[in-house]
Amino acid sequence: MKNKSLISIDDYTRDDYLEILRVAAEFEKKPVQNILEGVVVATLFFEPSTRTRLSFESAVSRLGGKIIGFTDAASSSVKKGESLKDTILTVSNYSDLIVMRHPLEGSARYASEVATVPVINAGDGANQHPTQCLLDLYSIQQTQGTLENLKISIVGDLKYGRTVHSLLMAMSNFNPTFNFIAPDELKVPEEYKRFLDLKNIKYEEHVDLAENILDSDIVYMTRVQRERFADPLEYEKVKNVYILNNEMLNGTKDNMKILHPLPRVNEIDEDVDENEKAYYFPQALNGVFTRQAIMTKILGLK
Amino acid sequence: MKEQKVLSVSAIQNGTVIDHIPAENLFKVISILNLENLSENKMTFGTNFISKRLGLKAIIKISDKFFEDIEIDKIALVAPHAKLNIIRDYTVVEKRKVSVPERIVAIAKCMNPKCVTNHQQVTTKFTVIDNNSKVDLKCNYCEKITDQEHLEII
Ligand SMILES: [Zn+2]
Repeated sequence: MKNKSLISIDDYTRDDYLEILRVAAEFEKKPVQNILEGVVVATLFFEPSTRTRLSFESAVSRLGGKIIGFTDAASSSVKKGESLKDTILTVSNYSDLIVMRHPLEGSARYASEVATVPVINAGDGANQHPTQCLLDLYSIQQTQGTLENLKISIVGDLKYGRTVHSLLMAMSNFNPTFNFIAPDELKVPEEYKRFLDLKNIKYEEHVDLAENILDSDIVYMTRVQRERFADPLEYEKVKNVYILNNEMLNGTKDNMKILHPLPRVNEIDEDVDENEKAYYFPQALNGVFTRQAIMTKILGLK
Repeated sequence: MKEQKVLSVSAIQNGTVIDHIPAENLFKVISILNLENLSENKMTFGTNFISKRLGLKAIIKISDKFFEDIEIDKIALVAPHAKLNIIRDYTVVEKRKVSVPERIVAIAKCMNPKCVTNHQQVTTKFTVIDNNSKVDLKCNYCEKITDQEHLEII
């Protein structure tokens, strides 16, 4: 992993995932250290994503590193028409590691080819967001004690949701059984089902939420976004179908935990927040430890 | 209807005959091989011949021109079943098939409008995925698939 960019979740192997999770657990025990003293991390956010940026910056700050960068393209030289290549080459001179978010798909891979320092993809359009996926894996491991042989229900937008596709790819290394719960318009694309078939991973597809989460170890909720629908009527039909409420949790397994990449809109009722099966806020905190692990591994400091 | 043998392969003295090109892709093949810039070579293009395999096929005959594999494999994207006959002194001395290269660089355009290659000066790169004898291209940048129907040659 040393000096290697992290652009796509399949840049890492199963062993890499486990190594990141091991180091993340160390940081969870001791999140404040001086291990990044003298290190400069550039956070280049060509589109705003406050949540992700703060998570990275918190991860760096708690380890004693310094941050440079910008929070949206409007305030940077990009607005003056500078090419991505020039921006990346310039910032390479000033930093040891680049964390980048950009609305264009494939921009992070391109940046990693141009940069003279490693690049971490913090989201390239609808394509990849690997640090989100690794924090999801960490959250699953922390709540279940293992990643192996779990029953994982994924709910909502399974067609366009990039977190869903990455999770599916990464977890397929650990013999899961997937339970896909989505309206017909937002089902898992064929190419991912082919991938699961090839790897002999079991999966079921359902439309109904409540009756299909009873035997799950993890229920991973996602947002159904209005802009995904060509026909607004179709959105109106499904928008309130996948709302998880406290009552639905009756009869679910004791070890079951609810994850969500956040921000949520209405897909998890607030009455679930008090339930001990709700794990989406600790999940967000896990993002800090996981990103500390990823950055220190790439910088060769762990 | 029987396959028409109008353009017999022995009709040129030296050169290359490219057969089994899907008729609808004849002009793409011409463009990929940059034939419009070969001013010295005599060429014949024939199209809309009936082929059992392709429906309608096209044939290109080029005098005094012999292609390198790396050159000819580029047409595999639009004519995966193309066959080459190398002619010397009116005789077919060699038959070659095109083979789909594993990687395609700087030939095709990514069909994803949000792909970085369509907005910045990036040379396109694809990994070829064989999908039931059709050629799918997976963009090395945005990771989306450009299928044969949407294939655009740069
Ligand atoms: Zn692309």
